[in-house]
Amino acid sequence: MPSASSLSRNKLVWPLAALACLLIFNFFFTPHFFHIEVKEGHLYGNLIDIIKNAGPIMLLAIGLTLVIATKGIDISVGSVVAISAGVVAIMLGGDLGGVPRHPLSVALVTAVLAATAAGAWNGILVSRIGLQPIIATLILFVAGRGIAMVLTNAMVIWLYVKPFAIFGQGYLFGLPFSIYMVVGLLLVTWLLTRRTAIGMFIESVGINPTAARFSGINAKNILLGVYVFSGFCAGLSGLVVCSTVMSADGNNAGNLYELDAILAVVLGGTSLNGGKFYLLGSMVGALIIQTLTTTIYAFNVAPEISQVVKAFVVYGVSLLQSERFRRRIAGVFVKRGAVA
Amino acid sequence: MAEEAPVLEMRKISKVFPGVKALSGVDFRLFRGEVHAVMGQNGAGKSTLVKVLTGVHAQDAGEILLEGKPIRPDSPFAAQKLGISTVYQEVNLCPNLSVAENMFIGRQPMRFGSIRWKELNRRAEEALKRLNVAVDVTLPLSSYSIAIQQMVAIARVLDVSSKILILDEPTSSLDEAEVERLFGLIRTLRQQGLAILFITHFLDQTYRISDRITVLKDGLFGGEYKTAQLPKLELIAKMLGKELSEFSGAAEGAAQKQKKGEATPVRAEKPVLRIRQLGLRGSIAPFDLDLSEGEVLGLAGLLGSGRTEMAKLIFGIDSPNQGEVQVKGKKTNINSPHAAMMAGMGYCSEDRKNEGVLGELTVRENIILALQARNGVFKHIPYKKQLEIADRLIESLRIKTPSAENAALQLSGGNLQKMMLARWLATDPAVLILDEPTRGIDVGAKVEIMELILNLSRQGRGVIFISSEFEEVVRCSDRVAVLRDHVKVGELAGPEVDEPNIMRTIAEGR
Repeated sequence: MPSASSLSRNKLVWPLAALACLLIFNFFFTPHFFHIEVKEGHLYGNLIDIIKNAGPIMLLAIGLTLVIATKGIDISVGSVVAISAGVVAIMLGGDLGGVPRHPLSVALVTAVLAATAAGAWNGILVSRIGLQPIIATLILFVAGRGIAMVLTNAMVIWLYVKPFAIFGQGYLFGLPFSIYMVVGLLLVTWLLTRRTAIGMFIESVGINPTAARFSGINAKNILLGVYVFSGFCAGLSGLVVCSTVMSADGNNAGNLYELDAILAVVLGGTSLNGGKFYLLGSMVGALIIQTLTTTIYAFNVAPEISQVVKAFVVYGVSLLQSERFRRRIAGVFVKRGAVA
Repeated sequence: MAEEAPVLEMRKISKVFPGVKALSGVDFRLFRGEVHAVMGQNGAGKSTLVKVLTGVHAQDAGEILLEGKPIRPDSPFAAQKLGISTVYQEVNLCPNLSVAENMFIGRQPMRFGSIRWKELNRRAEEALKRLNVAVDVTLPLSSYSIAIQQMVAIARVLDVSSKILILDEPTSSLDEAEVERLFGLIRTLRQQGLAILFITHFLDQTYRISDRITVLKDGLFGGEYKTAQLPKLELIAKMLGKELSEFSGAAEGAAQKQKKGEATPVRAEKPVLRIRQLGLRGSIAPFDLDLSEGEVLGLAGLLGSGRTEMAKLIFGIDSPNQGEVQVKGKKTNINSPHAAMMAGMGYCSEDRKNEGVLGELTVRENIILALQARNGVFKHIPYKKQLEIADRLIESLRIKTPSAENAALQLSGGNLQKMMLARWLATDPAVLILDEPTRGIDVGAKVEIMELILNLSRQGRGVIFISSEFEEVVRCSDRVAVLRDHVKVGELAGPEVDEPNIMRTIAEGR
């Protein structure tokens, strides 16, 4: 008898298998891929880099998982990353001596609040005005970058506030600090959705908003909530992005991140049709994307074809997710076997 | 006087859609200078008949004769060229263009490549004057009421020289005065010798305007009658596919019961629901409704008579624009299903699949959903408790599922219906509204559901029961509210509750 937990485990199997394939491939073909060494008390190596570089996408993917579970989409997250980075940069200021203009904590909170407000804007458009999610978030997708440019006066602001570097470059107990942010957010989100009724309500709204509403669920508030949360996640992601390069660039910070994050969610087994969602799956999805990128770099694939290689792998993993496709493949093998 | 030959004759028309026989062997005739109404419940095949005639669908069998010559229009445009014009329920004109532009769009009088506006406006005015419609044709169409817009739409199609005018539910968004105005126009056109096919679900309007009635029932031809020779009651019986004689004996018995009923005083009971003048324009006329503890109130009426609209208004799915609701003696502002639930109501939709069941969730989650929604997000019901509630309801309602953790979409129709009931029973509602709970489930499950309904009332709940099967309504209900044309026309109580009385109430009101 398939129980709910084993079903979700089933859902994790395919993304994990894809990740394992990528790793095994690297094990054979990329020298030193699994090599990890300790330098200055930190762990170094390809695997650590993958986890560290996947951090911003993982943070975005946590928020997007819930949005996509409601059959929505939030394509503004990349731009909201830029807003968050811009806000934290102007709050800290580009002082060469590294003296922050405002206290670090105030800057961090303001940046995340700004991003959360952006999420609330999206949520209001979707839940109260009734715009289609892709259109509603398209507004900030475009305008968000504009806002970030205005914030930074269309210049790249460089930061010298040392303590701020911890989000993107710092280490704690030998591991990159951003990993703890991801794990922490993941844990909180998991508790919030699975240890309260929010998860079930989100899935109900995604499966059938009318039926959910007729059951007495306040579908509008659920929708508003997931977009606010997605903005919050983008805010955290923006801090990491800004801290990694110690600069805010309204044009490039978080550029196209929304696509990688959506891809991570889909690779992780959450359907764009809404309904059941898999937070852990989304994390595996983000790792697949990052591993792929790292592998392509490691192989010195010419940049002009690296995107094509990436596209083919993503295509393969997506097909693997499709039960119909798997059955058809299995059918081919069974027939061959019968003939032989 | 020998009957002249019909303008239009449709013979033995059949049309099959995948899985449904929409029309089988339907005959239809239309004469010059008459209004011919096609009557039938929703899904009886009225629209399909029109669509075959106007070239939207091709018939699978049968032939269409226009003035004695066989035709086979393959598009609405081809039908129009043959002289078959249609005005649909929703006016499909351009509201931001002027009346005159709308009338001549696509065939404006031109000279040297530019539109001759004066000529355009003059011709529009003339065409409308012939229909006794006096409006300023240069104003945008949107500045006029829907009724005028309808008339402009009619004038537009008539100007393209019509032999047959099809009016498909033209009155559904009109108020009484507007309907009268439209009927005036229809009468004028009839005098001018036009053949008019009129489709409506309003019984009254059929009797006011039509000369002849063709009845359809489940895609079958139910007969053609002169309106004057077909009493309303008989028409209703035919739309339901029943013989009136079946009832005549029972009706007498019922009349006697009714007399006896008047003698017995009505028990004073604890009211759980008291509705006064609740209404929503365009959905259902203001109505009063009372429901007591332990009472089953049936809602009876033809399909499309406003039963579901009434239920949705009570449960807050649609927001009323007038009226007052009291639940358990407390005045309650019900503007959403959430509010209705908090007040102690539950509602099982007639459309289980699209408005009830969440197929990918488990049976347990489906059952627990409303209770959890009432508790709110943070008062999470622990898993063990959820399972306990689900298992108890699965057992007491005898829901057939391998376990509470199976996905709901694996259940059969009858079991899904019971699962929907379980969802609301988990919230222990004072009022339960069941919209067609017996539709599309097998006979055994039907009996079980009806027993459940009676059980619920014995537990002291007020139940509002909606069914298209008058027999079921009669069997379950203590009282019956009767609806017709989106108006509550009467109420039957105690011994008066029987099928003939329901039909008579639909026919005559009270």
